[in-house]
Amino acid sequence: MQTPLFASVEEVGDRLATAGYLASTAVATTVFLADQLGKPLLVEGPAGVGKTELARALARATGAELIRLQCYEGIDESRALYEWNHAKQLLRITAGRDEGWEQARAHVFSEEFLLARPLLTAIRNTEPTVLLVDETDKADVEMEGLLLEVLGDFQVTVPELGTITAARRPFVLLTSNATRELSEALKRRCLFLHLDFPPAELEREIVRLHVPGLDDTLAESVVRLVGALRGMELRKAPSIAETVDWARTLLALGADTLDESVVEATLGVVLKYQADHRKATAELKLATVLDRTPG
Amino acid sequence: MTGLPDRLVEFVTALREHGVPVGPSETVDAAAALRVVGLADRDQLRESLAATLLRRSGERAVFDGVFELYFPAAVGVRQTALDPPPGDDLDAWRDLLVAALAEGRDERLRALAASGVDMLGRFGSGAGGGPMAGWSAYQTLDRLRPESLLARVLAAMRDRAGTEDPLAEEVDRGEAARRVARFRDLVQQEARRRTAELRGRERVSRYGVAPSTDLVGFTTAGRAQLAEMRRTIQPLARKLATRLAARRRRARRGQIDLRRTMRRSLATSGVPVRPAFRRRRQGRPDLVLLCDMSGSVAGFAQFTLLLVQALRDQFSRVRVFAFVGVTDEITHLVEAGEDDPEGLASRIFREATLTWWGTNSDYGNALATFAERWLDAVGPRTSVLILGDGRTNGGDPNLRALRRIADRARHVYWLNPEAEPLWHTGDSAARAYAEVVTMYECRNIRQLSQVITRLLPA
Repeated sequence: MQTPLFASVEEVGDRLATAGYLASTAVATTVFLADQLGKPLLVEGPAGVGKTELARALARATGAELIRLQCYEGIDESRALYEWNHAKQLLRITAGRDEGWEQARAHVFSEEFLLARPLLTAIRNTEPTVLLVDETDKADVEMEGLLLEVLGDFQVTVPELGTITAARRPFVLLTSNATRELSEALKRRCLFLHLDFPPAELEREIVRLHVPGLDDTLAESVVRLVGALRGMELRKAPSIAETVDWARTLLALGADTLDESVVEATLGVVLKYQADHRKATAELKLATVLDRTPG
Repeated sequence: MTGLPDRLVEFVTALREHGVPVGPSETVDAAAALRVVGLADRDQLRESLAATLLRRSGERAVFDGVFELYFPAAVGVRQTALDPPPGDDLDAWRDLLVAALAEGRDERLRALAASGVDMLGRFGSGAGGGPMAGWSAYQTLDRLRPESLLARVLAAMRDRAGTEDPLAEEVDRGEAARRVARFRDLVQQEARRRTAELRGRERVSRYGVAPSTDLVGFTTAGRAQLAEMRRTIQPLARKLATRLAARRRRARRGQIDLRRTMRRSLATSGVPVRPAFRRRRQGRPDLVLLCDMSGSVAGFAQFTLLLVQALRDQFSRVRVFAFVGVTDEITHLVEAGEDDPEGLASRIFREATLTWWGTNSDYGNALATFAERWLDAVGPRTSVLILGDGRTNGGDPNLRALRRIADRARHVYWLNPEAEPLWHTGDSAARAYAEVVTMYECRNIRQLSQVITRLLPA
């Protein structure tokens, strides 16, 4: 067992905060546990609540290297684990025309011709590593089998080279938007963290951290209005990133209060569907308010 | 006081009873987590258990409810309760509540809930005495009536902000409503905790903790639960669609078509270089929904309607009919209703002719009108879903009309929101219908999504 990265839950929170990520108790506790128990951490939640950002902040906070495996439909072993560099192997064989089979084989299947993909890179890395497996739910079920094998023992067998065992266990973070249920087996090996939209106070802090120039009362109105929007039944609730974007937009526009005309003009920053836009306008009674204003 | 491992196992058992699948390996993980994190901080304790025991986002509400019972924040009256409590003067209570709601700080609301349950919610012969004694959330809330305070809370919030801004008022309104809901939750939590001390945790957790949304029965769900269910429609539809699309992709790989392979191989002097595969006909089914919109099952029908609407990409054509006493087509209403799912039911009742008189469902007549006027909507590629409990209110079930529909359609499935043991009781003709068409029990979201994945052909 290698020495853990963090000594206490509070330390996790503090160090993530210095790395620019304000963690709730849930996040800090789960990260601490994942580190202590040496288990992968599966983070699930709607888009834009800071799942990927958590991995980045972790890497920054611990001074580790971030290795990212972006999943997509049809991703396979050769994209995730390793691949032989066929073209280079062919060149090598043509170059060494006179040598025998034994020699050629020994050469061709060596480190030089191995293309390490994210999983293998993370396992072989001797430096501290954060391995981010992003959008795991997009990958096919076969991929989960591979992940199980790799994340279970932290070792990979390359038939020509033998078994490679992790020199140092990476901190593994898997994210999922829950577009499909991941398999039970994979979930059972992970700690589970459901990230949702943060409470108002925390979001206010986040806005303040990322848009330091913004007036405090304006930041508060932005957060409250976003909270109200999330309370409606929209197709796509505004994400944290969108809240921050909105705050940036307001700062750029030089708005000093969040009144109806400003909201009406900039609502597109947080709501990306026409139907959502209509609904929010109706529920916040923006139209009637605008009618009443003279001019 | 039982030891920690025992408590943990009891806790896990209670979770399982609520349909949260927790295996022994998770329990072991949880124990390991407890050792690492310790018991000093209750929030950390809760999050550690959640991280190790839960595997699905929807289970969190159940988890929190059960956690409050098995790892209570306090025994007896809380330390944080109000000091001194305002006694029996309900107006003083309401003043405090208005201030706390306007301020919106969670600790303050929690303290009020604790004292409120202690002072106003006690019934029977007080603490410790009598089999009928306990603390009632209902009684507490009935005496405080937090909903009736909304206007005052809004006024107080306006005073705090010190501005007259119509936009802020709309935001405040939503926020105040959320805080009231939060207060109700806290009162219920507190009452459960206090009662559990008296009656035992197992009992209270079994009856007192609300089940997770996908296990709430359609026919027993309250307004809030139905709203909660509606929120799950989009994610659920997305999940089902992904699953169906994956199945369709797999099904596309067909067998070798020998005749076409031979024909192609002529171009390469008889060597079959490019094999031809037998093409499967891509059958996106037509779907016809026939929904009972009468009071008893309306919640179920609406939910299914919205779900099917969200899944409409999966079908080549969806037509929706509703009935109470007679049948009418409501496809256009459902399509237009996407932006406003809450108002769907009232719009259907306003704009479609569902009944000539009364509000009781008449299955015989409804099936007859459908078979007379819209039988051409059903063809050999059509799957028909009938949603309803099959309670004819004593009328003629009209099996003949159902048979006519079944004869024309590719499949007819009947989704019944009642539990199977109840199918033949009272005025239910469900058994008789089940002999003509396949009937599935669909009591909650979990069963419904299982049935839908099973029914939709790839």
